[in-house]
Amino acid sequence: MEISVFILFMAAVFTSNILLTNFLGMCSYLSVSKQVESSIGLGLAVFFVMTCTTALNYAVYYFILVPLDLIYLQYIIFIIVIAAFVQLTEMVIERFSPVLYYSLGIFLPLITVNCAILGVSLFMIIRNYTFIQSVAFGAGSGIGWMLAILALAGIRERVNEKFIPIGLRGAALSLIITGIMALGFIGFSGIAVIQ
Amino acid sequence: MTKKQILINSLFTENAVWRQILGICSALAVTNLLMNSLVMGLGVIFTLACSCFTISMLRNYIPNRIRMMVQVLIIASFVIIVDIFLRAFLPNMSKALGPYVGLIITNCIIMGRAEAFASKNTPVNSAIDGIGAGAGYALVLLIIAFFRELFGFGTLFGVQVLGAWWTKWSIMVMAPSAFFMLALLMWGVYTLQTKAKKS
Repeated sequence: MEISVFILFMAAVFTSNILLTNFLGMCSYLSVSKQVESSIGLGLAVFFVMTCTTALNYAVYYFILVPLDLIYLQYIIFIIVIAAFVQLTEMVIERFSPVLYYSLGIFLPLITVNCAILGVSLFMIIRNYTFIQSVAFGAGSGIGWMLAILALAGIRERVNEKFIPIGLRGAALSLIITGIMALGFIGFSGIAVIQ
Repeated sequence: MTKKQILINSLFTENAVWRQILGICSALAVTNLLMNSLVMGLGVIFTLACSCFTISMLRNYIPNRIRMMVQVLIIASFVIIVDIFLRAFLPNMSKALGPYVGLIITNCIIMGRAEAFASKNTPVNSAIDGIGAGAGYALVLLIIAFFRELFGFGTLFGVQVLGAWWTKWSIMVMAPSAFFMLALLMWGVYTLQTKAKKS
């Protein structure tokens, strides 16, 4: 893999956006995108957890699982690492910064089952990234995810549902908005390609 | 509820994708080809049925505080079985699905059914509910994949259906069309349901 770290980072934010091209993290994306404020909180939490767990999972995979020949356990180990990290972060934040806890902490339990987090770890293994590349990819994906949810929340706050057919309200409308956003992000694809 | 009612309820009335908006991540990612969707659907049905059965059998022994963790571990074990099976017997399919097999673990449908049904009902009924929910999910995948593959490649299950005169819609192969197709499907289902309620 001869991709420079910067290109990988930019590609993870824009051209290969984890949500708009790989469809990961859709559940919380659709349910928490009603207001800009709460989507910023969730986006930050995802960014933080994604960057840290990618680094952790890299270490666990290459220094523990591969030497012990336990690669087939990767799913269980990854999900345990993520859950444990989320739990730990929640406790640390609650102890040291109650203010941050009330704006960010309530979203942390949601993150354990956010498939984008596990997905980034799995992509990292499949694409054979180095440690630095993995961290760049994790951070880029987190920012990309935050960008997508912020954009959707911004649009949804301005949509007046009165003028929309009943069947289209809610999730279906969000999906169409997301589809148009995904079209826009495809426009970036001249910049960099990773796969 | 009889067993048949449970099945129909989780398959159509409470269909996870269009009623509860769960499990959308993988529903969108694998639907560019019918074959991928079929394998993915079968994998999810297997995982759902087995993990609902196991969770329901253990429901009186799992401490309430750590039940999410236990459920995730049970689900992950069955996903590993699916993954190893695919690698051994369908290596090409395993490559094509990539990380999405592992992502069955975080598919919210499984956690949803485990929480809502399996932790309160008997093992056999839970397994039936799991099969129903999985089949409902597979049904949605196949509907979306049918249109995406037909318009995007002109094929169905890899067999050429539309002749050379067909201009392939390359948008159908790309990501945005998955969002549009699912949105249209939801729109259609909601409209039908509201009509059915009125009459």
